[in-house]
Amino acid sequence: MSASGLAESTSSAPGRRSSPLLWYGGTAAALMLWFGVYMGLKPAAEALTGLLPVARESRLGEAIAFFLYDTPKVLMLLALVVFAMGVVQSFFSPEKTRAFLSGRREGAGNVMAAGLGILTPFCSCSAIPLFIGFVQAGIPLGVTFSFLIAAPMVNEVALGLLFGLVGWQVALLYLAFGLGVAIVAGWVIGRLHIDSWLQDWVRELNATGGCCRVAEDEITGVERLREGLASMREIVGRVWPWILAGIAVGAGIHGYVPAELMARIMGAEAWWSVPAAIGLGIPMYSNAAGIIPVVEALLDKGAALGTTLAFMMSVLALSLPEIVILRKVLKGRLIAVFVAIVGTGILSVGFLFNFLFG
Amino acid sequence: MKDVKVLGPGCKRCETTEAMLRNAATRLGIEAQIEKVTDYAAIASYGVVSTPAIVIDGRLVHAGGLPREEALDEWLAT
Repeated sequence: MSASGLAESTSSAPGRRSSPLLWYGGTAAALMLWFGVYMGLKPAAEALTGLLPVARESRLGEAIAFFLYDTPKVLMLLALVVFAMGVVQSFFSPEKTRAFLSGRREGAGNVMAAGLGILTPFCSCSAIPLFIGFVQAGIPLGVTFSFLIAAPMVNEVALGLLFGLVGWQVALLYLAFGLGVAIVAGWVIGRLHIDSWLQDWVRELNATGGCCRVAEDEITGVERLREGLASMREIVGRVWPWILAGIAVGAGIHGYVPAELMARIMGAEAWWSVPAAIGLGIPMYSNAAGIIPVVEALLDKGAALGTTLAFMMSVLALSLPEIVILRKVLKGRLIAVFVAIVGTGILSVGFLFNFLFG
Repeated sequence: MKDVKVLGPGCKRCETTEAMLRNAATRLGIEAQIEKVTDYAAIASYGVVSTPAIVIDGRLVHAGGLPREEALDEWLAT
């Protein structure tokens, strides 16, 4: 039976009944167009800044040029990365991840959970159902935590933007140490055997067990592309104000903060800057897209890598809103332990980096 | 009469899913009672890991992300 006219007009994706060939061809054409436009961004931003009645070498000129170049660059990179990851994530689902992790022992389970945290689509609004679902399936608490720490901290947006803006070396280091923190912190939490610090109703659910399964849809290649497109539309639509804010702050740092001041407060010499950066990061709520333009500007001005990465990790992994959400399933003591252990992990990463690259 | 439940703590996608269900039911002329379930314990009792999820007549048909419109029609019609 064919859909009614109303269905056609309300359908959101254009050409949803078009052939696979059109989808693959369209994707290839869009990618080529993307690279063409991306290459032209720098000259376009310089030309645009040149038109303004500001000296290019002045502080304001520096800030404006940074903003005009970075805004389209970050948005375009984000769109590409989110699309690609949307396609990759269509191979993974939280349900599959749970099935995969249930029955795993601690240790190997922590490593796998942290890795799957990157690949499984995750939104902080479903952190609680996910947490409960994992606990119900008998996944050890520590393994669940490895997943919950890695998922928001080492996400595709963070990695993609670090890769594009700061360089692949830093992106790789962030990936490795982010995973390290998630694995070790989860493992330590598991070792503490503090399952009784879950809220009582969660433990009662655990006792009753019982679980059902979702019918798996057969999914085609076009379907995956469509999913990538959908997540691109959703994520870019949601985070662009954060990006603009982040770039504006970055532009301000770029134009106005003197490098020697930065070296003094965020340089490798100032050991206290690492804990200070973490303390500052916790109450800040932002997402990777908003924080990375700031990180780029900080590094550019000579802030130490360890301090900057510690700041970024604490903003992403230890945010107050997430703590408030977790409060529904964890008792206060367990939250304190969680924050302390993850904080210690981040602190070690910060010091280690400053020591190695300072 | 279809008994439809949308499971989700109340994020934007959950609201969109509910609206999509209402639209689809009206369009197909299917009588449906659509209810939102926001309580975490109730959501968990369906074994759902990601939200929004859809339960129709006690059967879990979807979990995680926005449903596709064609699939929605199918679930409601059967």
